[in-house]
Amino acid sequence: MASRELTFRILRYNPETPDVKPHLQDFHLNEEPGMTLFIVLNRLREEQDPSLRFDFVCRASICGSCGMLINGKPNLACKTLTKALPDVTTLMPLPVFKLLGDLSVDTGVWFRDVSLRTESWVHTDEVFDPDAAEEKMDNELAKEIYEAERCIECGCCIGGCATANIKPSFIGAAGINRVARFMMDPRDKRTEQEYFEVVASEDGVFGCVGLMACDDNCPVGVPLRSQLAYVRRKMAVAGWHMGRGR
Amino acid sequence: MNDYDLFVTDVLIIGAGLAGERAAIEAASQGLNVTILSLVPPRRSHSAAAQGGMQAALGNAAMGQGDSPDVHFADTVKGSDWGCDQEVARMFVDMAPVAVREAAFWGVPWTRVTMDKRIYDGQEIHEDPKKVGLITARNFGGTAKWRTCYTADGTGHALLYTTDSMVLKLGVTVHDRVEALSLIHDGDRCYGAVARCLRTGNLRAYSARTTVIATGGYGRLYGVSTNAVINEGTGMAIALETGKVPLGNMEAVQFHPTGLVPSGILITEGARGDGGYLLDKNGYRFMPDYEPKKKELASRDVVSRRMIQHMRAGYGVDSPYGPHLWLDIRHLGAKHIETNLREITSICRKFNGIDPVHELIPVRPTQHYSMGGVRVNKHGYVYGMKNLFALGEAACWDLHGFNRLGGNSLAETIVSGKIIGEKIAEFTKDALLDVRSSLIDQHVHDQAERIEKLRAKKSGTADVFRLRHEMEEILREHVFVFRTEAALAEAVEQLHALHVRAGDLRLRGSGLGADPELSAALRLPGMVKLAYCIAKGALARTESRGSHFREDYPKRDDENWLKRTLAYWSYEKNEPVLDYEPVVITELPPGDRGYGEATSGPVQKK
Repeated sequence: MASRELTFRILRYNPETPDVKPHLQDFHLNEEPGMTLFIVLNRLREEQDPSLRFDFVCRASICGSCGMLINGKPNLACKTLTKALPDVTTLMPLPVFKLLGDLSVDTGVWFRDVSLRTESWVHTDEVFDPDAAEEKMDNELAKEIYEAERCIECGCCIGGCATANIKPSFIGAAGINRVARFMMDPRDKRTEQEYFEVVASEDGVFGCVGLMACDDNCPVGVPLRSQLAYVRRKMAVAGWHMGRGR
Repeated sequence: MNDYDLFVTDVLIIGAGLAGERAAIEAASQGLNVTILSLVPPRRSHSAAAQGGMQAALGNAAMGQGDSPDVHFADTVKGSDWGCDQEVARMFVDMAPVAVREAAFWGVPWTRVTMDKRIYDGQEIHEDPKKVGLITARNFGGTAKWRTCYTADGTGHALLYTTDSMVLKLGVTVHDRVEALSLIHDGDRCYGAVARCLRTGNLRAYSARTTVIATGGYGRLYGVSTNAVINEGTGMAIALETGKVPLGNMEAVQFHPTGLVPSGILITEGARGDGGYLLDKNGYRFMPDYEPKKKELASRDVVSRRMIQHMRAGYGVDSPYGPHLWLDIRHLGAKHIETNLREITSICRKFNGIDPVHELIPVRPTQHYSMGGVRVNKHGYVYGMKNLFALGEAACWDLHGFNRLGGNSLAETIVSGKIIGEKIAEFTKDALLDVRSSLIDQHVHDQAERIEKLRAKKSGTADVFRLRHEMEEILREHVFVFRTEAALAEAVEQLHALHVRAGDLRLRGSGLGADPELSAALRLPGMVKLAYCIAKGALARTESRGSHFREDYPKRDDENWLKRTLAYWSYEKNEPVLDYEPVVITELPPGDRGYGEATSGPVQKK
């Protein structure tokens, strides 16, 4: 059976040539068994246009580098098999993030900023004792923390979020999930008021309008819907406590 | 020549994986100004891909009872086939439990001991109720006890995110999308690095009191590798190119038994550790025939050899991508597979359209780890160059000798980060910046000239991508699991020719700005030099030790080869030159590894 000829319509933009406006360029190649967009893009670069820019690191859906809009939907390119694609596929960079060239966007800077704003690390005054046994933790709790920790910061939830697209300061589902991860961790000693200051604003959990595209688009299946609900509920209660305290 | 940005810092760390970040934390906690360079955002480093776990003798799990650093030490030395530095191995095993607990203190959600009923290899495991809630461990190859601490299927991810959260907390400067092109040095001392911004393509100079190489391995020299695409050995190459710094044991390359076919994506050792089998084309479990005691869980070099041997004997499964074998985890049950081995499940489903709960997984030995690297002493201090340190997979600290045990690499990153990080801090406090600006100018100028030459396209004939594939092919064909004199001599000759051609590249595109073809062209000559060191070291070593297996010299030869290879780049000879040093044996004299016929050559089965 003859293999399909695939067309990839790719957004081209090179900051070195600002006179050339961003545009779509068509590339063609023959499909092979087991072909993924990782294979496709590397072959296009090696065989057709060595200037084509895109990001891959692990190529195994672990590192979160290759989020892009595949026929309009955010997903990881590395795990997208061509057999699931039509004859013509449009590839665009993820919106919201700064465009570096073609399909490459600056997710790293965006996520670092959110991690700093939400102070995403364990807050404690205790000092590590190298001679002591570790503090016990119920394995179910460890699993719950890991469920939130699993986010790979690919930005698919952000690129597909209506609020993040119109509001650059919104921390999005990934940011809120990151806060949830620390909120449920007993090693982080922050109080609900301290969390309130970090996340209970229009840039945080109360900026979400509940469209839930994030939950649909997460390529690794982090339960974003329930994480958002968890943080929203916690912060609503915290707000009520603070109101009563006044 | 001043068309570049200059950054000044106390400690410059090249590489933001776990080793680099853990060392950064140590130095920054002691009040030093630290700058980390990274090819990618730190959380995208290859450390994140380590699924299985890290070894540390906590002895909490029932199957780990009686474990101790001493047992871990013996496993590590045997695993290394007595090629490791025993003083280093001792420091490492003693520190590993502390490092795991410290990571727990910082937030890693390690999987804990539970009283859940569990059957392993037909026997029920009874955990100690007093240990419930402590950090548990799983089984890994080549270990006497269950010692591998883990977080479900994402240990590297969890460890990297937590470590990076401490880097954030401490306010360490991280410059991502920056690639180091050369070390600034005067032949005696290192003063920092010349780097290229991968956003703009602009050159930068980083001047530092102490420079640290933590760039990971060189897996991508091999076309099919479990490694991330950024693992191209950059740090090792720029150290080698000083002409002063030796690379240790470059011929010691680990092949992981279970790379997925055809993509080479890693199927973690946890799959076999948790009870998975290897099957041949007849559905027959063949490993017990070769290794009755450890079966699928002999050390990685042994299992890889047995697999290739079995395929050579005609028992491989034919496929369009060449022969392979099967990994079978179906008997572990859907619940176990979906939770503790979820990553495998998702990889199989996504990349091969296979459901491992009901189907077999196609696997074969695939390049996985570089035991060799920038040779350092036990404090991480680089041989042959002052004010330069190295750690992690980029270094040859020499914890792993000729074969690394599963779970010892992730452990090495944070344990050496802790130990060497402290040495870096101590050293830097007394070190001076003391650099001439003309020296920096000259080193930046050298890189600018390379770039200009490539952009001008006035000379050159070799295509970057084609040349690279040729290099990959030479290594795959001649410097793989089984090695012989003739094949290695052929590889050395071909790599020399390739090295000459790599100096004569011609770009197809403009090479402007952060052009990816230019990046590849700047990287390739160093990669070819590394490949050359691997092949030459393998040709010279006329014995078999750990992962280095010579069919023409199938036995370990302690009389002549209980020594470490040191490969230097000679600019006079235009090729690597080899030297050797003794291996430090402090506690455990060379003996039998205790898993099968690892040292006595392949079984003749035709």
